[in-house]
Amino acid sequence: MSTVPSIAPVVGRRWKRPPFIQNATLRYALYIGALIYLVLAISTIDVNWTRVYDGLERGWRFVQGFLDPDFTTRSRDIWRGMEESLTMTLTSTVVGVALSIPVGIGAARNVAPLPVYAFCRAIIAISRSFQEIIIAILFVAMFGFGPLAGFITLSFATIGFMAKLLAEDIEDIDEAQAEAIRATGASWWQLINYAIQPQVMPRLIGLSLYRLDINFRESAVIGIVGAGGIGATLTTSMDRYEYDTAGAILIMIIVIVMFAEYTSSHLRKWIQ
Amino acid sequence: MPVTTIDNRPVWRRKTTLAQWGSFAGWLALAVLFVVSWQVMNKNTIWLFVEDAPRQAADLLGRAWPPRWSYMDRLWAPLWDTLNIATLGTLIGTIIAIPIAFLAARNTTPSALIARPLALFVIVSSRSINSLIWALLLVAIIGPGLLAGIIAIALRSIGFVGKLLYEAIEEIDETQVEAVRATGASGSQVIDYAIVPQVLPAFAGITVFRWDINIRESTILGLVGAGGIGLQLQSSLARLAWSEITVIFVVILATVVVSEWVSAKVRAAII
Repeated sequence: MSTVPSIAPVVGRRWKRPPFIQNATLRYALYIGALIYLVLAISTIDVNWTRVYDGLERGWRFVQGFLDPDFTTRSRDIWRGMEESLTMTLTSTVVGVALSIPVGIGAARNVAPLPVYAFCRAIIAISRSFQEIIIAILFVAMFGFGPLAGFITLSFATIGFMAKLLAEDIEDIDEAQAEAIRATGASWWQLINYAIQPQVMPRLIGLSLYRLDINFRESAVIGIVGAGGIGATLTTSMDRYEYDTAGAILIMIIVIVMFAEYTSSHLRKWIQ
Repeated sequence: MPVTTIDNRPVWRRKTTLAQWGSFAGWLALAVLFVVSWQVMNKNTIWLFVEDAPRQAADLLGRAWPPRWSYMDRLWAPLWDTLNIATLGTLIGTIIAIPIAFLAARNTTPSALIARPLALFVIVSSRSINSLIWALLLVAIIGPGLLAGIIAIALRSIGFVGKLLYEAIEEIDETQVEAVRATGASGSQVIDYAIVPQVLPAFAGITVFRWDINIRESTILGLVGAGGIGLQLQSSLARLAWSEITVIFVVILATVVVSEWVSAKVRAAII
């Protein structure tokens, strides 16, 4: 006869959910540490409340500017900024992607020898470790103000982003297909062309569209340090306290980003 | 299978003739667009400056090296500020993002007609504007300082955390919700006992990931006056003190690498 397990210890006790962090000591140590950090961090914020109060009126003007945007007064500046941003986005994506293909192939361990691999990985690491705006500062100092500096910045940033993802993609391919092509006596170029390229092409196109989207968003930012584009127009309008123009520019950026996101997701679905 | 005949023998090709012409036309269109864009972009470029670039670069390097390491002493306080901007900004942004994500997720939204589009609009507007632009606006409105940086980071984080979190909520296992509801649980109890435990690991991962990105972004917010190490970068840039800028770059790089390492470790521990 099997013994019936006693339910006595459970009766009258409420079920409690297990905590997210199992170890109680660690849990309380984390809670206390977080509390101390919060107190320390908040105490360093030194807010000038009268300035904030004065600013609220300005903030209200900005909200009004956003609701009643002015596209016409500075339409020439806005148009020029948009033109620079859009052309910069397209050219830098094309050049960046074109340059990232050899780097990406070189950074894939299954098709590149070790010295090439190390060199290409180094390029990727350099390009990825700094943000666009810091690179833009350097290139503006070298090439002068204007969209050309922005174009070089965005191309440089695109190389790191695309080459890394492309290299990972190439390393993840189905080796059986590469093996089959290699067995026919194909050269290295033929291997890339017939075994690798068909496998990575759909994702490469999808990633390029995604990068196009990112480059447009970044082009709105790097203008702050003088690299041209709509960001320069936005900074100027903020400096002039023309919040209705700034509101118009922000609305245009949001609309273009939404449109780009929508079309690129549809295009990617259609390609894949 | 596309096949062509050469010397009366069938030869395999990758594409049909039509597909070949199609892809050729596509590439041609892209090339034309590129050339036109290039010319429009460079209407106002002064090529004299561009030709001068190698000399400028050499000059820059000469002035940037050796780095003035003694400048480090004045970077510790801004570095601490930078960390605080990123952490507090992530905290505030996440707190606001949670209700928005529940409003935006198809399976938890109270009304698909009003609340969901509104929440999605908040997410999209927050995502499409970079935190540097948010900072630019906020510095003009509430004045320069840490607070503007924190709010800028928070505003940008709402969209990021909100989007990833609502996608995680939409992907939950509905049978668990069903089971909890069958016990007679109220709406808030369903969220508490059926949905939250399922999305908690994803949520923790998303937050740490965003914190890592925010560290990166908060290093430059000072360029527009929103506090942190970017403020020192701005003043060194204004004085063209390139040997100090080198030190700042090294510090930023080190911070980014450390935060990336921490976030990778924490995420590996959670998931």
